Amino acid sequence: MRLELHEVVIRRIEWGDRTGAWNGVLTVNREEAAAEVAKDERFASVRLDLAHPGEKVRIIPVKDVVEPRVKLARSGEPLGYFPGFFAPAGTAGKGLTLVLRGAAVVTCGPIVAFQEGFIDMSGPGAAYTPFSETANLVLTVEPDPRLTKHAYEEALRLAGLRLAVYLATAARNVTPDAISVYEKGNVTDEAIRLPDLPRVLHICMAITQGLLHDTFVHGGDMKASLPVLLHPNEVLDGAVVSGNCVSACDKNTTWHHQNDPVVRALYRRHGEDLNFLGVVVTPEDVRLAGKERAASMNAALAESLGATGVIITEEGYGNPDTDLCLNAKQMERRGIRTVIIADEAAGTDGASQGLADSTPEIAAFVSTGNVNEMIEVPAMERVLGYPEAIALLSGGAPESLRSDGSMFVELQSVIGSTCELGAGRWGCAEF
Amino acid sequence: MTYRIVHYTNQFFAGLGGEEKADLRPLVRPGAVGPALGLEQALGGEAVVVATVICGDNYMAENLASATEDVLALIREHNPDAVTAGPAFNAGRYGTACGAVLEKAAAVLKVPVVSGMYHENPGVELYGRNVVLVETGDSARGMKDALAKMAEVTRKLLRKEPLGPAKESGLLPRGIRRNVLHEKSGAERAVEMLLARLRGEPFATEYPMPTFRRISPAPPVADLRKATIALVSSGGVVPKGNPDRIRVSSAESYGAYDISALEDLTPDIYESIHGGYDRIWANVDPDVVIPLDGMRALEREGVYGKLHPVLYTTTGTGTSVAHAERFGREIGAALREAGVDAVILTST
Repeated sequence: MRLELHEVVIRRIEWGDRTGAWNGVLTVNREEAAAEVAKDERFASVRLDLAHPGEKVRIIPVKDVVEPRVKLARSGEPLGYFPGFFAPAGTAGKGLTLVLRGAAVVTCGPIVAFQEGFIDMSGPGAAYTPFSETANLVLTVEPDPRLTKHAYEEALRLAGLRLAVYLATAARNVTPDAISVYEKGNVTDEAIRLPDLPRVLHICMAITQGLLHDTFVHGGDMKASLPVLLHPNEVLDGAVVSGNCVSACDKNTTWHHQNDPVVRALYRRHGEDLNFLGVVVTPEDVRLAGKERAASMNAALAESLGATGVIITEEGYGNPDTDLCLNAKQMERRGIRTVIIADEAAGTDGASQGLADSTPEIAAFVSTGNVNEMIEVPAMERVLGYPEAIALLSGGAPESLRSDGSMFVELQSVIGSTCELGAGRWGCAEF
Repeated sequence: MTYRIVHYTNQFFAGLGGEEKADLRPLVRPGAVGPALGLEQALGGEAVVVATVICGDNYMAENLASATEDVLALIREHNPDAVTAGPAFNAGRYGTACGAVLEKAAAVLKVPVVSGMYHENPGVELYGRNVVLVETGDSARGMKDALAKMAEVTRKLLRKEPLGPAKESGLLPRGIRRNVLHEKSGAERAVEMLLARLRGEPFATEYPMPTFRRISPAPPVADLRKATIALVSSGGVVPKGNPDRIRVSSAESYGAYDISALEDLTPDIYESIHGGYDRIWANVDPDVVIPLDGMRALEREGVYGKLHPVLYTTTGTGTSVAHAERFGREIGAALREAGVDAVILTST
């Protein structure tokens, strides 16, 4: 399977008459873009704003972040993106995809009880999130009051995807700054071609607890699914979409899936140090039977693919720690070496045990940080969204937002701060 | 300015004798004595050891509380900016003495305290949380190296400089996890760690697995019809308005509420504030999280004796294990005190 990412580098977004890209600037016709979102009649209001790196801007509460992309036919005809949502089935993973690299659509709005996060574009909070480094088109919507919360989640999720496809489609004729090629043969051929290399699988645990804690693969709801094997190209090409309203630090946004850092790191070494077999997206069921089923199926799948090593990434903390332990245990018992990427909830003082479950089979653990560590962030000149939301965010409290606009909060309220796909450089050490 | 240090050591390292002098009572000598000489030298003039307090290991072991007080009184007279002790290597009595003295000095005098120990010294387990301990070898052969490391750490603490992660600073870990910035991303580190494992090369996990204390279950309730049952929940259902301001996540407190007059948890009097699940349905009917209505019905039917009048509740999402353990201990003690026989624990 061969995927070409035609990357147009975007450094700024500006309002203009026509939506399109030129010389690193993405120009957006504000009314037209808002009308695109308003095609979905479930919103009472739609507002678009811009936020750039270094600006004194806070965005709160953020639901999802999406990289603008579109699939293009060789003829240049736009084919939409995100199969199952805004593209036909079977379009992810091969062919040509236009990527507006450096731009991001950030969705924001009053979700159910705001189990969301914030982004600071400058100051100390900016160091914890990749989205302080992207040129952001921020979509803030208010739902039609008659809408149920669950329908509203869907509407906002789709609006973010729709806007991302709209932007990339408008820029489809721009000459790319770089072309990244991701190409890999099928599992059997690669095993014959690379007989001496360790065979590695990425087990990507996804929050699928329902009730606004969902992940979608090819448009299908993973909560109703068993573990599913994907070609790495599919993951990098919009097959996985976040539908999560949950603690912000370690939910994988759609942007994280589109740029899955484990997939990219394994791809870089494919054929050199290892043979990258693929990605298994596996559900985090709320029931023990479901956890046990997924873990044993993942191990059987790894075994039948001939995997010698796996990287298991968690999404979320607490309840999924049990899925994490079961996955590691099942793999190790079959002689498949595992490395975990996960975060810790070690308390505000860092003195507590960091996981809600534990197993001796987890011998190799990459930590992406303590979600409870307190951080101080100053007031910003501009706040997009609803600053008072911090009181209800995971990691926030009624006293978090001070009268001067500064906040004293747990790290977990910053979106992507302890990303368990290992996107960031933060970790945790013993003092 | 030159900082003032008071050092603590035992009879042996002070050169006053071996086991036969282990009953020596606390005494003080001006200036640096024994290991304090090397420590002072390693501090390079930035600090002086103004006094050395000496006590026999046996006297300390047999009179730990009072001897610690006596030693502290002698230390205090010299107004130190920092207190050091040892290094104790793998000497158990000495390590315990150093730890006890320094823990007390840190708590009372509010100054930095530093010692050095071998990782298996019992003083590490007893005092390692509150005393900065340099990792040393198991015997006095490592004296020079240990003193150099102690001097370095003491200097940093006196200058109020950060110590950095334990491993990099040569310290014994105190069980405190703090966020640090790595050179490489988590994904890169994971791939490198996996390749090292697969090649049989050494690798270092970034988080050794914690071991959980296992609690053996209480025996079954002998006669349900006579039993008092309590409701306890981590489902975040609290009286409307959340009067005790329990956090929506990472809770550090729980609430205890009188439900003796209530038959049913209705949305006008109770609500869910939990930050980890979609609480729409819980706020339509809080009984789906804390089944008070069902419990009252069973109580009337005589299925069990009576419902405990107090409801204990908190939010269980991102709550650290340390806080959760404390909640459990405190609530358990209160329930036992009240003669409760069994608990229905609902989570979400």
